[in-house]
Amino acid sequence: MCLTCGCGQPGHVHSHDGHSHDHDHDHDHDHDHDHDHDHGHSHDHDHGHDHSHEHASSMGVTHDADLSTARVVQIEQDILSVNNRHADANRQFLKERGIFTVNFVSSPGSGKTTLLARTITDMKEKFPFSVVEGDQQTENDAERIRATGAAATQVNTGKGCHLDAHMVGHALGHLNPDAESVLFIENVGNLICPSAFDLGEAHKIVVLSVTEGEDKPLKYPDMFYEADLMILNKVDLLPYLTFDVDRCIAFAKQVNPDIRILQVSATAGDGLDEWYDWLSARRDATIAAKNRAN
Amino acid sequence: MHEMSLCQGVLKILQEQADIQNYSRVNSVTLEIGELSTAVPESMEMCFDAITRGTLADGAELIIVRTRGEAWCRKCEDVVPVKERFGPCPRCDGTDVELRAGDALRIQELEVD
Repeated sequence: MCLTCGCGQPGHVHSHDGHSHDHDHDHDHDHDHDHDHDHGHSHDHDHGHDHSHEHASSMGVTHDADLSTARVVQIEQDILSVNNRHADANRQFLKERGIFTVNFVSSPGSGKTTLLARTITDMKEKFPFSVVEGDQQTENDAERIRATGAAATQVNTGKGCHLDAHMVGHALGHLNPDAESVLFIENVGNLICPSAFDLGEAHKIVVLSVTEGEDKPLKYPDMFYEADLMILNKVDLLPYLTFDVDRCIAFAKQVNPDIRILQVSATAGDGLDEWYDWLSARRDATIAAKNRAN
Repeated sequence: MHEMSLCQGVLKILQEQADIQNYSRVNSVTLEIGELSTAVPESMEMCFDAITRGTLADGAELIIVRTRGEAWCRKCEDVVPVKERFGPCPRCDGTDVELRAGDALRIQELEVD
């Protein structure tokens, strides 16, 4: 059983690096003070302190630290810290095995699955692939990937609108991807929510198709900000559309000046060589980094 | 609707901290949700209420502190208020701005028993 979440699924990666903050301060008061404030809640000072003062309270109440056990605890933790811990564990697992991992994000219908299937078909003689497919429901995309010969695990998020690092940790346990392979994570088609969740990938790649609006980078900036590469897909259809590629690129660069942009057609094959070069170079670098570490 | 996941993250932290800070009941949770963060406060309230039922934070009050967006504009050489995460500087309309505040999603403090 998974000891972190108790979910009964074996073989996924967790790290337990949670840290606690202790605020241990003793202080001594030796003063008179008047206070004229209105307490809507009770305070409990659970840190050792020594009071020697006289109250001249306008409310005529005596504060007694033992009357209530309620107290305020300072936490200051990022809400995403639990997800990020899982993501760090995934990243460590992948790094140790030299697995180059990308997280594909886009709106539904941008051609992610077609791009992945085409890439695997064209490149599988060079290196092994495995895929984590995220969808709200159905096994359809995983079946399309398996038809290429690559291993695929489908994660159905149910009502969820994105993959999180914990789900991906489970999927890694099921997939058990080969060392020095390439792992594609195809996120749920959604340009909003997946941007907030680190899965442990090396890069987020945002796929935008030219049948969508060219101002998507401005409408959904978080996703374009988080991505290192934008793949502009379906460029073979440009002669039939009014999509302005230059404007789209300018919008993407406005949100993320460092974003790299490739123009491809996953069906007609335009621009795929440049994409394969990008992929191969980063896979090589991932393996080299693993070998240096060992 | 990733607010449900965010609230799950909050609940997980409350449960972990219960052992560390020695409490068994959470009366209120103060969250900082920056105006330029990826969470919608109204959704957080709804999800928090749903997800904490039957837990140590059942019925706990959710206090949301909104922090405003602030960015450093390189052209103005000043901190300027911003309404959009990747929007231009409101003074010079330049786009060479770097976000400084307003995108946090953080638990600040709890009131516990």
